[in-house]
Amino acid sequence: MPDTAPSRWPRYLFFLLVVKPLLLVVIGLNVRHRSRLPAQGPAILAANHNSHLDTLALMCLMPLRLLPKLRPVAAADYFMNNRLLAWFATRIIGVIPIERDGGARTMAAQFAKFDAALERGEILILFPEGSRGEPERVAEFKSGIGLIAARQPSVPVFPILLHGFGKSLPKGEGLLVPFFCDVFVDEPMQGYEDRKAFTEDFELRMAALAAEADFPSWE
Amino acid sequence: MFSGWPHPHLLWAMGGILGILVLATVIVSVLAKRNPERDLSELKSRVKSWWVMATVFAVAMSLSRTVSLGFFAFLSFLALKEYLSVIPTRRADRRVLFWVYLAVPVQYLWAGYSWYEMFIIFIPVYAFLFVPVRMLLIGETKGYLTAVGTLHWGLMTTVFSLSHLAYMLVLPRTEAAPVGGPGLALYLVVLTQLNDVAQYVWGKSFGKHKVAPTVSPGKTAEGLLGGVLTTMGLAVLLAPLLTPLEPLEALTAGFIIGVAGFFGDLSISAIKRDLGRKDSSDLIPGHGGILDRIDSISYTAPLFFHFMWWLHY
Repeated sequence: MPDTAPSRWPRYLFFLLVVKPLLLVVIGLNVRHRSRLPAQGPAILAANHNSHLDTLALMCLMPLRLLPKLRPVAAADYFMNNRLLAWFATRIIGVIPIERDGGARTMAAQFAKFDAALERGEILILFPEGSRGEPERVAEFKSGIGLIAARQPSVPVFPILLHGFGKSLPKGEGLLVPFFCDVFVDEPMQGYEDRKAFTEDFELRMAALAAEADFPSWE
Repeated sequence: MFSGWPHPHLLWAMGGILGILVLATVIVSVLAKRNPERDLSELKSRVKSWWVMATVFAVAMSLSRTVSLGFFAFLSFLALKEYLSVIPTRRADRRVLFWVYLAVPVQYLWAGYSWYEMFIIFIPVYAFLFVPVRMLLIGETKGYLTAVGTLHWGLMTTVFSLSHLAYMLVLPRTEAAPVGGPGLALYLVVLTQLNDVAQYVWGKSFGKHKVAPTVSPGKTAEGLLGGVLTTMGLAVLLAPLLTPLEPLEALTAGFIIGVAGFFGDLSISAIKRDLGRKDSSDLIPGHGGILDRIDSISYTAPLFFHFMWWLHY
């Protein structure tokens, strides 16, 4: 699947008129350690994933001037099956589609896409759990993130813990219910040559953020 | 304030608020100069936030009646959202919460149309009876009573109580009360906030005997007494400017605001203590969250409103 360049102006308008009011006024973000966020690309933002709002929230964290650089990585089988959704995902959100279960050749092509994006100075948004899963539960992190990080050891990876978005808009629900949501930004991880070492450290970082946050479970 | 020019008394009162803010800013910067070793950053951000809040409040009050009502409705929404975000809610109740939010615009609509009967029963009768019904339709009984109780209390403090400020705004100008509703709303907000400050200052200066050690260890009998007396005095002083209250009535109003403000503050402190949090959020630098700021007013607004209603409307 080719990497389509997002549309510049419709994207600005959509974020200014829809996404920012939705995320900052209707929902409301409590961001801890905002100053740790990168001021420019290339970089990778890697977060836990429970809601469609997660992507929009991470994109809202960054200043509008960096919007053209923001590239969420999302599953092709979910977003690319319907033409309208595919147009919206690639042109407006700026998604780089990936095949979740492709062979070795597709895998190689996908990593080449990420490398190219990072070399253009873009900021990748990744959800290493692979899917949204149960509301407000952090699932196991897959090693894909480690592979990307090990290929580009000079690119900083920012672990980010999200909380509350799965309450506002969980998987399978169409009705949005507002809650203040929390975003915890960690110091960047850099210089990993080994994918396993990276994935293990990433898990530890996310566990530490969760301990700092200390949220009650949602039953 | 809404039709034509604002009543001159309102401008005087706003000028007074401006004066107090300037004075507070000067005092803080002098303190900072004299004691360079002391960390006054919290006090500084507190005063800064007061400037922002006073400006937003003044602008919202002066533009138009619709803007003022919209402002208070938005404040209720923020407070309710903060409340629902910090309390434990049940996963099964997600859709119930949607209806709880819907009560905000509806309640402010009644205030906007000055439909008093509906305004006064909508939350405690219709909303309170509907919330359990929506839960029963979902059918989750585990934690049912707690869920109903917490949602009712949230609607009560963040929507019903606060909306009394909005209803106060739309009270008409009469011959006895030429400044009208906006005068009363301003009187209430200023006295409630000054009461908070007065109780804090009296408590810090002379406080010895704790009144509610398990809920809020900083609260003392001296602070409470000094604060209430100060508020009563200010109530009498400000009454001719903004209200139709006679001196004895104003003294009573000051007493109600002083004592109610104290308990409103404590009731939010108890919620935070129950949840093990210091502030409800960090939305307002130096103050905490919206709930930390509207705590006193959630008690003073309905009580002062009904005092006025029985006496003069």
